[in-house]
Amino acid sequence: MAQHSAKGHGAAEGHGHEVHGGGHTHGSFKSYTIGFLLSIVLTIIPLVVVLNGMLERTGTIVVLLVTAVLQFIVQLLFFMHLNEEEKPRYNLMTLILGLVIVLTIVLASMWIMAYNGVAH
Amino acid sequence: MAQASAGAHQGHEHGHDGHHDIESMRTFGFWIFLITDCILFGTLFAVYIVLHGNTNGGPTADELFAMPGIIASTFILLTSSYTSGLAVLSMNKGNVKGLIGWLIVTALLGASFIALEITEFVHMVHEGATIGTSAFLSSFYTLVGTHGLHVSLGLVWMVAIILQLSRRGITSVTKRKVNVISLYWHFLDVVWIFVFTIVYLMGVM
Repeated sequence: MAQHSAKGHGAAEGHGHEVHGGGHTHGSFKSYTIGFLLSIVLTIIPLVVVLNGMLERTGTIVVLLVTAVLQFIVQLLFFMHLNEEEKPRYNLMTLILGLVIVLTIVLASMWIMAYNGVAH
Repeated sequence: MAQASAGAHQGHEHGHDGHHDIESMRTFGFWIFLITDCILFGTLFAVYIVLHGNTNGGPTADELFAMPGIIASTFILLTSSYTSGLAVLSMNKGNVKGLIGWLIVTALLGASFIALEITEFVHMVHEGATIGTSAFLSSFYTLVGTHGLHVSLGLVWMVAIILQLSRRGITSVTKRKVNVISLYWHFLDVVWIFVFTIVYLMGVM
């Protein structure tokens, strides 16, 4: 039983390397903790800016979007270990395809509706 | 004994290598599902962004949102994303107790997130802000509610995995399941970052 689980363990780590990158060399306690602390900081910054009304409207929106995108990247790298994926990087490719579709849907909807004379 | 239990877990004649290829393909398949889920949330965000100004004379975002509760749920979900990562770490060290313990912590944090969200929704409905009040509220409840539904589903799923782990321990199959739900949980946190930013922070600024 011990033999089996030891073998299974090793092989499963190999699989982690290959696909989603969750094997033994990834995600040390340190890297998860750094990611967690960065996420907290990146949540507090926009909160402080908004609740204290520190910047004018455009500046606030820029700070909010930049910190949100940075936190997204922190989660991808420190929690999902996307940067440790081996080639060919199918996970990254599908993510980029998804992001292109999402951004097209969101930005194009905003653009179209901004010129919609019926709705406004 | 070892052979028999390995065979029982796998349920087919693949050897270790073939089996792990299948498990890795399943993890990748789940990743593709997450990307399509991103597109689902993308469309709901697009609808919310377009409609959030159409309040039909009803309450606006600024009047409705109670930030203390939202801030609390944000940090709760963020912490649960971290603890689900710690669960995976315990698993990679072969520590079943640690793994189950961190999963329970994650599930409890997820449950408190849902409790806070339900309290918020009930409070808003009592103030007369229902899903039918305005286009803004329809899109708000659909977007935030879909996220909440995902978290609730994740909770049920996580409890099932905890039960399975307590019976079978860490096998290549349960290992893949934990990896997958941890990915799912990080994904829900990512979606919440954007809900928090676009719906709540931009709503009250």
